[in-house]
Formats: sequence, C-alpha cells, structure tokens
Amino acid sequence: MSQRAAGSRLALPFPGRTQRVLPGFGLSLGISLTFVSLVLLLPLTGLVGQLAGLSLGEYWAIISEARVVASYLITLGAAAVAALVNAAFGLLLAWVLVRYDFPGKRALDALMDLPFALPTAVAGITLATLYSSNGWMGQALAPLGLEVAYTWVGIALAMAFTSIPFVVRTVQPILEDLPHEIDEAAMTLGARDGVAFRRVILPHLWPALVTGTGLAFVRSLGEFGAVIFIAGNMPYETEITSLMIFVKLQEYDYVGASAIASVVLATSLALLLAINLWQGRFIRRLHGGN
Amino acid sequence: MQRIGDAPALRRLLIGAAVALSALFLLLPLVAIFAQAFSQGLATFWVNVSDTYTLAAIGLTLFITALTIPINLVFGVMLAWLVTRFTFPGRRLLQTLIDIPFAISPVVAGLVYLLLYGRNGWLGGWLDAHDIQLMFAWPGILMVTVFVTCPFVARELIPLMQAQGSREEEAAVTLGASGFTLFRRVTLPNIRWALLYGVILTNARAVGEFGAVSVVSGAIRGETNTLPLHVELLYQDYNTVGAFASAALLALIALFTLAAKAGLEWRAARREALA
Repeated sequence: MSQRAAGSRLALPFPGRTQRVLPGFGLSLGISLTFVSLVLLLPLTGLVGQLAGLSLGEYWAIISEARVVASYLITLGAAAVAALVNAAFGLLLAWVLVRYDFPGKRALDALMDLPFALPTAVAGITLATLYSSNGWMGQALAPLGLEVAYTWVGIALAMAFTSIPFVVRTVQPILEDLPHEIDEAAMTLGARDGVAFRRVILPHLWPALVTGTGLAFVRSLGEFGAVIFIAGNMPYETEITSLMIFVKLQEYDYVGASAIASVVLATSLALLLAINLWQGRFIRRLHGGN
Repeated sequence: MQRIGDAPALRRLLIGAAVALSALFLLLPLVAIFAQAFSQGLATFWVNVSDTYTLAAIGLTLFITALTIPINLVFGVMLAWLVTRFTFPGRRLLQTLIDIPFAISPVVAGLVYLLLYGRNGWLGGWLDAHDIQLMFAWPGILMVTVFVTCPFVARELIPLMQAQGSREEEAAVTLGASGFTLFRRVTLPNIRWALLYGVILTNARAVGEFGAVSVVSGAIRGETNTLPLHVELLYQDYNTVGAFASAALLALIALFTLAAKAGLEWRAARREALA
C-alpha cells in the first residue's frame, strides 16, 4: 500500500526531491492536523493538567481506595466473562453465516450489528426491564434460582450484548477467505468434523478470534450506558469503574474522577496497543516473516 | 464436495443454536422495546412522544446530529485523502490517532472535555470571564459528539481509497482537472457508497451517544436534554412506558441503520457479481 501512495509522487531528476501530482496536500494536511489537535489531543491535556497537581502518594491513595479497587475487579471480571461468551457465540455465528445457506440468513446477518446501531441507554433500560423480576426473562429464570438484574451477571450480560459484533465481524471475513482445499484435504483424509475443525480451521481463525475477543473486552471495560441500568450500582458489589468516575464528578471531585479516569484510559490504550502489535506480528508471519 | 460441518444433523444443530441464541439475546430485546412502548396503546404512545420535553429532546438531538455530520464528513474526507494519496512522515501515527475515540470510554471522553472547558478547567476560566458557556450547554454536547463519532467516515473511506489507488485521479490531473472538479467527478463517484455508510454510522452514534453527553450536558429538561438522556430521565422517574416510547424512536433509527447497511452490502455484492 505504500507503493500505491508513493505512486502519487513524481520523481524529479534531482535525487531526494519529489513533487506531489495530486492537489490538496496542504489543505487536507492543515484541516486534519487542526482537527486532530483540537478535538483529539487538546482535551487530553485537561486530564494531565488536573493530575499534575497531585503528589504520587495522593494519586495512589485515590486509585487504590477500597471501593474503587472493588469496582476494578467487578469491571474486569464481568468484561472477561462477556468477552469469553462472545468468543463462543461469535465463532458459532460467524461459522453459520459463512458456511450454511438457510432462510432468514440475511436477516440474521443484519441483526448482528444491532448492538452497535442501538443507543446504549436503550439497550440498558431494555435489558434491565427484560431481566427484572417481573420482566419476560426475569420471570422465566426465577424458578431456576437465577437472578440477573442488579447482580454482576446482569453487568456481564449488558457488556456481552454491546460487544457482540466484534468477534462475529472479525472472524467472518477470515472464514470467507479460507480456500475450499483446506476442508477437502481434511475430509478426504477421513478426519471427523470436530477434529478437522480444531486441527485445520481453528489455527487459521484464532488470530482473528483473539483480536475480536480482545476488542470486545476493551469495549466492555469502558461500557457505561448499557450497564448502569441493570447493574443496581451497589458500592463494593455492582458498581463499575465508569460509574465511579461519574459518581466522583457528581460530587464535584474532579481530581478523584481524573485519577480513576487515567487508570481506565491507560488500561484501554495499553490493551489496544497490545492487540495491534499482536495482530501486526501475525500479519507479518502470514506474509512470509518480513 | 463434502466440507467440514456439512453433515445434515450437525448443520441443523448449529443453525438451530445460532438462530435460537440470536433470537433470545438480540431479537427479544428489540421486540421488548416496541412491546413496552405500545403496552398502553397507540394513543398513550402518541401522548408520550408528543410531550413538550420529549419534542425538545428530539429537537436537540436532531440539531446536534445535523451539525456533527458535516463536520465529520469534511474531516473524514480530508483525512482519508491525506493518508491515502500522499506519503509524509507521521502518516501512520495520524492513522492511529483517529482511533483514540474508539479506545476511550465515553465517560472518560466527556470528562476530559469537562476538565478542559469546564469552570475549573484550563480554558474554563477564560471562557467564564468572557461569558462563554460551553459545558452544560449545547456546544459541549456537540463537541463530545464530534469527538466520539469522528473516526467513522475516515475509517470507511481509508481502506477503500487505498484499494482503489490514485491512477484515475492522476489521469484527471494530467488532463488538467482542477482540484474541485477532480474530487467531484473522479473521487466522489468512486467513494460515494462508503461515504454514505460512514455518514449512516456517524448518524446512529451521534443520535444515540449517552455516556459522554451525560457528563457534559447537565440534562436540563427542555434545554440540554438529548433523546437518550431523556430516556434515562423518564426511566429513573419510573415512567417506564414513556421511556420506552422515546427508546422506540431511537430503536427505529437503529433499524434504519441496519437496513441501510444490508442494502449497501447487497448492492456491493451485486456489482461484484456483475463485474
């Protein structure tokens, strides 16, 4: 792709000097840089400014307060469960949508994007109503002794709902591009479905599967709108970290909110960086190790 | 030719499981929104939707969305043009930076804006002295909405424009086309469907943003209350049917988004089949 981009430069007889053929470099560079600086980068300085006044000890005291630590554990645990559930569900759905033809397939495929299209607050009140003790699902699950609303199961459910598309949409294109010969070779050699899938298909899919699961996990860590309605928001029990930030803000504790936000921000940026690096390494290996 | 998982029993089992789970976890919530909204009849739904505060919330949401789309459209096209048509130091970094809004929790996004432009913020003091209020007013809502939706158009355009390359555009320049003509006659016809999809995604997110907006809005009824915030307000007031009436409007926009996506994909597949 860098070759293509380089194609829009015309080499002049003097080495080291090139001229751009296409117009608009200055304009697009100017607008892009202005926008990125003002909209994306400048606001982040607000966070730095707010934290600059804190000593390391004060910072540590805020981010390691018992109630806050409990919220990290709840958020991480529920997000991990949500991501793992989505890994299984996403793999199943990607497989069914790519490999089989059946009536209603297009509608099912379209339905997979619902969680991204539906506003999170709408998802939140809907799940809370469905799974509350007099909701459709709540009533169905009550005889089984399963309580979802206002427990951490509800938090995990809401996180899983909002991050469904990640795994399906990362695995689907890889599965579509797998050549038929792979299947045929395995089947000709007499492998059973389960073994063939595990040994032949899964090795091709798992980088996409891990990426999708990782993205679902990161999204779940930051989810707010869908979770707060079903969570119950009891300190130490069903309070997520995003809500902790919100609670601090309502108490006008800007410093506390900023300190916790910096932990959330650093965690999600580190995770995304890790996913990107890992993905990059895999793609390099796929293209012959350069 | 026999492929993995083609055995009829296994096939039926997997399709059945996929359909059943999707119906339970995706379709049922969707049905529940409309069931709740209309649970007291069409007349009650209409009363809820035409309530003064609901109308004000709809108006504000449409206003914010109408401003967000052109801003991010211009930015998305400019950024995509820049990173796919030119090489320059920092190109990669720029492409990484536009993903920041995807990585940041909406509440944190709202918070950083509040810290900068709020009364105690770096710029807040100066703004306050000049009697300019951005936070807890519509400009703040617009700013965070632009922030959370800014990657969508660019993310749709960049892969497409990279794949298409710049040969046609270079030919047009050689033939003497001006920058504007070049964009309108050569680039735009090639990218219009991706552009449209980027706009649809921007629209869906702008209309539905909750976390970031709730930090900077103050949710004053009739003034800074967007439709998703209005849904929360009614729900917390135990006006469940009213909350779901507004939620149904938002769900309709979501359904439109899904239909538009399916339509655009179907169109692309058909063109590919014809080509």
